[in-house]
Amino acid sequence: MNILSIKNLHATVDGKEILKGIDLEIGAGEIHAIMGPNGSGKSTLSYTLAGREGYEVTQGEVLYKGQDLLALLPEERAQAGIFLAFQYPVEIPGVPTVTFLKQAMNSVRKARGEKELDAFEFKKLMDARLKELNIVNDMVRRPLNAGFSGGEKKRMEVLQMALLAPTLAILDETDSGLDIDAMKVVAEGVNALRGADRSMLVITHYQRLLDYIVPDHVHVLAGGRIVRSGDKSLALELEEKGYADIATAAA
Amino acid sequence: MTTTRDNGLLADHTNLAAALPGAGAPWLDALRADGAKRFAGLGLPTRKDEAWKYTDLSALARSRFAPCCGAAPAPRSPEIPAPLVADGPQAVFINGRFDAELSTLGGAPEGVTALPLAQAMTQEPKLLESYLGRVAELGRKPLVALNTAWLADGFVLHLAGGVTLTRPIELVFWGDACAGDDRSAWHPRHLIVLDPSARATVVERHIGRPGGHFANSVTEIAVAAGAALRHYRMQDEPGDAAHIATTEVVLSAGAAYEGFVLSTGAALARNQIAVTLQGEGATASVNGAYMGRASQITDTTTLIDHAAPGCTSSQTYKGVLDERSRGVFQGRIVVRKDAQKSDGHQSNRAILLSDRAEIDAKPELEIYADDVKCGHGATAGELDDDALFYLRARGIPEHEARGLLIDAFIDGAIGEITHETVREAFRQRAEAWRQGGAA
Ligand SMILES: Nc1ncnc2c1ncn2[C@@H]1O[C@H](COP(=O)(O)OP(=O)(O)OP(=O)(O)O)[C@@H](O)[C@H]1O
Ligand SMILES: [Mg+2]
Repeated sequence: MNILSIKNLHATVDGKEILKGIDLEIGAGEIHAIMGPNGSGKSTLSYTLAGREGYEVTQGEVLYKGQDLLALLPEERAQAGIFLAFQYPVEIPGVPTVTFLKQAMNSVRKARGEKELDAFEFKKLMDARLKELNIVNDMVRRPLNAGFSGGEKKRMEVLQMALLAPTLAILDETDSGLDIDAMKVVAEGVNALRGADRSMLVITHYQRLLDYIVPDHVHVLAGGRIVRSGDKSLALELEEKGYADIATAAA
Repeated sequence: MTTTRDNGLLADHTNLAAALPGAGAPWLDALRADGAKRFAGLGLPTRKDEAWKYTDLSALARSRFAPCCGAAPAPRSPEIPAPLVADGPQAVFINGRFDAELSTLGGAPEGVTALPLAQAMTQEPKLLESYLGRVAELGRKPLVALNTAWLADGFVLHLAGGVTLTRPIELVFWGDACAGDDRSAWHPRHLIVLDPSARATVVERHIGRPGGHFANSVTEIAVAAGAALRHYRMQDEPGDAAHIATTEVVLSAGAAYEGFVLSTGAALARNQIAVTLQGEGATASVNGAYMGRASQITDTTTLIDHAAPGCTSSQTYKGVLDERSRGVFQGRIVVRKDAQKSDGHQSNRAILLSDRAEIDAKPELEIYADDVKCGHGATAGELDDDALFYLRARGIPEHEARGLLIDAFIDGAIGEITHETVREAFRQRAEAWRQGGAA
């Protein structure tokens, strides 16, 4: 059974149809990359999978480990192992990052019937991850994402992913805005999570990331549909030719 | 010519006043009589009064009040919480009257006068005569007039020059009215006088059991040159009470006042504060948080009067309103002609958790000087959907995510409290309110 099975997914935002029939199968342990022009619906797909309000599914279905994903609340999806690294992480002034991280982790653990971590256990875990991801301790004492630089926000997303250890991670342009060193750190963080029981959907504009996170499959999303799929060489082809040809060729 | 309804608020004043503490002192008799006369003329404010446009006292005016006098013992034993600062001095008032047995004031240090008003009338008549009714002038203020008419008990704190009180003095007001079918009213009157360079922290907690009481307090505060007062109020009255608190502050040169009100209780609460920055370089930091649910009404009315040059004032208010509750925020900053280099800022932000909750906000800047930095900002809205989704997308259940955001929002005001222990206690109270069902 596949981890994620999307069939003929149509979704509207504010009454406007953005996703126009997406089909996508992601197997256990697989990494899929999605590329596509601005406004093609990549973030819409990721929000729809994460359960954001206002993203209305009008047709089709999404099964996660064989279960109807669309029936779940956003928090239930996260608890079930879906993680969305936001393209634009939200700034939440007043909520200390570390408070948030602990509460998120314990919510997920609680839902899975695992013991909640006390402050000490949590700190040990967090410190280890911070070190791996080259994040200064100081950052987690600040309010969540508030005033973080673009790159810091993306790293914070990867930290959260590392802590929550999801079954399906959706990375929405996690590489955008990162310098080359930061991108490597992020890629290492992602690769460290790779495993037979973990799948990823990596949304990116740059083939560069895919040198570090090598995908099993690459898809092109244009106009709310997957217009082409292939292996990692498709990413190189896109880099050379741009989307125009592919989108028209597929139309 | 009298517009006062015969609701008992002023019943039998002439006779009853003669039995109040300190009666017979000509200045005090005159002050009370003046209060009674003015209140008889003005009556409770109505919505026709500009200052009361958004807060309707007609239900209060229609109530029937028991005669206002004598000690009103609590019918049931009061539950007085431990002081916020461990082992700190605590003065307890039951139904507006000081209770010596429940209080733990200890001996006042050298240079400190800390005693109930009724006692101060015999021990410190000069101090009272010089300040009472002079900081809070009666003018056309009906509630101050009513309070003055019945002026009988409250708290008096006087610090001599240079004296610092290290531990906060805590005043606990326990209301547990029992007047048969009638409502009870009491009118505590407080006086805080800091002589030059003195420093003190005063904490008030207003609590009790339902009984429909009406607490109408007036606090007069005079802070002399270079002195500093921190004044924190936790208004957590029972849900059927009416709470109107008037605080009037005069600051001399270089004096500082820091005030905070956390208003969570009462059916109707109005916290009104007027600060006059009368000496050069005075600073006022006047802040608060109001939280309402059911059909509570909570009104914050401020007036910051920059009467001297080079003064600084800042106001930070946050409100969380749920169900059918209503908030009122009227904030006025006046900068007089000679008050150059004034810096006055005000912000009021409210979150409405229900579409039946309401906020009326009226910020006013009245500036007559030309070299000033002043500003105000008011916002009202819902919890941030993006933030809520972000938290939920990390597995945090919706009600917990809402709680995190509400706490963070309110913290933006509570964070202004500079006394750490008090800040933590206020934070906990706000959190407890929020867990009480709102989110
Ligand atoms: N609330 C909305 N109302 C109407 N249209 C919307 C709304 N939100 C998004 N859209 C539209 O949906 C389309 C897809 O947006 P989406 O953010 O999914 O694109 P994307 O592929 O992620 O683009 P990018 O590469 O720029 O991140 C865009 O045309 C966008 O304008
Ligand atoms: Mg996008």
